Amino acid sequence: MSAAINSTADIALRCANLHRYLGHGEGRVHVLRGVSFEARRGNVTAIVGPSGCGKSTTLYLLGLLDRPDDGSIWIRDQLMSNSSDTDRTDARGEHIGFVFQFHFLLQEFSALDNVMMPMRKLGRLGEEEMAARAVSLLKDVGLGDKTHRLATQLSGGEQQRVAIARALANQPAIILADEPTGNLDAKNSGIVFDLLTRLAKENGQAVVLVTHNPDIANRCDEIKPMRDGEFVV
Amino acid sequence: MLMSLSGIVFGVGFFIVTQAQTSGFEEFFVKTILGTNGAIRIEDKLQATMFFMPAEGFEHSKFVVETPREARKYVEGVEEPDAMMDALRKFRNVSGVSIIVEGSVIADSSFKNDTAKVLGIRLEDHLAVSELAAQVARGSGSLENFRTTPQGLLMGMELAKRLQLSVGDSLILRAGTEQRRYRLSGIFTTGVRDIDRVRIYMHLGEARSLLKKTTGASSIQVALFDRERAPQDAEQMEKVLKHGAQSWQEREVSWLEAFHALQISAALTVSTIILISGLGMFNTLAMIVIEKTKEIAILRSMGYSRQDIARIFIWLGTIVLVLGTIGGWALGAGVTYGVSKYPIHLRGIFSADNFQVHWSIWHYVVATITATVVVMTAAIIPARRAARLEPGDIIRGTSQ
Repeated sequence: MSAAINSTADIALRCANLHRYLGHGEGRVHVLRGVSFEARRGNVTAIVGPSGCGKSTTLYLLGLLDRPDDGSIWIRDQLMSNSSDTDRTDARGEHIGFVFQFHFLLQEFSALDNVMMPMRKLGRLGEEEMAARAVSLLKDVGLGDKTHRLATQLSGGEQQRVAIARALANQPAIILADEPTGNLDAKNSGIVFDLLTRLAKENGQAVVLVTHNPDIANRCDEIKPMRDGEFVV
Repeated sequence: MLMSLSGIVFGVGFFIVTQAQTSGFEEFFVKTILGTNGAIRIEDKLQATMFFMPAEGFEHSKFVVETPREARKYVEGVEEPDAMMDALRKFRNVSGVSIIVEGSVIADSSFKNDTAKVLGIRLEDHLAVSELAAQVARGSGSLENFRTTPQGLLMGMELAKRLQLSVGDSLILRAGTEQRRYRLSGIFTTGVRDIDRVRIYMHLGEARSLLKKTTGASSIQVALFDRERAPQDAEQMEKVLKHGAQSWQEREVSWLEAFHALQISAALTVSTIILISGLGMFNTLAMIVIEKTKEIAILRSMGYSRQDIARIFIWLGTIVLVLGTIGGWALGAGVTYGVSKYPIHLRGIFSADNFQVHWSIWHYVVATITATVVVMTAAIIPARRAARLEPGDIIRGTSQ
């Protein structure tokens, strides 16, 4: 399979014919049955569908957190589906930002430290520059006055906003969000979604989000319904 | 983790203390023995039953036939002790040499009699190869009194007690048909009960006369600058001087082995504290891996590699190791100092009035190496397990 797939410059993420099985023996389930997909910069795509249809599995494969049993994934035209663990790890740090249903902040650290964490690993910026960027991102998500609070001292909505700031920290080309508003009330859901999409569009990032919420899905640029491990038209 | 840290502190600390004590008593025993019987003793003349025989092509060959040790015969005593002393003084490591004429006697006091062993010495020579001055200082009387009294004696404290003699008292020594009256100039205590119970020092000329050994010597006591080289020097002396030469290590091998066994036993016993702490730390780190799987997955999703994750746990182990070791050093040094001041009354193979300790950097080094091996092993296994976790599995909630 060649990496030189026809692509336009605004395609941040592409996958073709993804298959994934989960479980072993008689419990083995064919979760994804040939999923193909493209995500463009500045575009927000919602993957919707009933529980267990393979939405999250697709997202984890696209985010290089899991390996497909078959099929290909390109991140910025680079074939990544069969690459080494090191290359996949590097690609995650540089090109992909994650937002999960549960914020998964590191509880022992402040909001600022949590946002600086991906930057520390990437190592592009000095300590002061990292802190300045983290403060700027936290201001963007409306938490400029709570930068030094521990994660435990923030509300659920605030923690999810810190998670968005963390996902944007390394200016990744792709933001993958798994039910980012699934754990929030209606008001906070709106705030978080607006933030995510506004900041991603401002920075020209491709956003792929998995949601059960039809209101959120309807506000996206594109909706990809999924059923039984396949996208349905 | 705090319990593991405390365990490492106590393990390292007690390791150091036990080693300081066991090696302290060993060191004290060695000092006592060297101060009493010297580093090397030249005793009997070696009579070879096989002679040196050059192999064929002698000029170019290194092969020579030597008398095997078991085939040697010894003739009791040293025939020409003064010539032997001159030869011994030429050895670079030799710091002092003393001729000894030795024999068994019966000592009669006004109250009772007892068998004893007389050692005839030249006082100044013997002071250079022993701690006799200090041993008399620990007893009673004076060396000066002995030095200026031709009929003077120095007697071991245990023997003096049994004969109920004090400094200034007179006694009779009988050897064969000879019997003479002497005056007790001083009482010494080596601390070694077996020696203090039988030994009497007298002037060399007087001993020759009493024991009827007008020439030669029973043995020559040798002191060395570097006591550790005694076996090599003894071997060399034996080859060159054709007399049996025994180093202190060979002479006291059974006691030294007992001390060595005690030291190893103490080290093994105390190492179990470190080992148990290591197991505790392994448990704690393994629990952290289980509790923090989501955090590990998040770090992996941000681009942290498997090595980065492993490094976190190695760092945790390293912090515990460093703090535990430094704390253990401090505890070990403090307790060692405290123990060294603790009064005890020991009499037997040596005489001591307080706990003997030996300060050595090696006790600290070995304790540190032991702790490092245990702690890092305890950290590496959970670290590898953490590094192997698949972030996708964890986030999906299907981590096995």
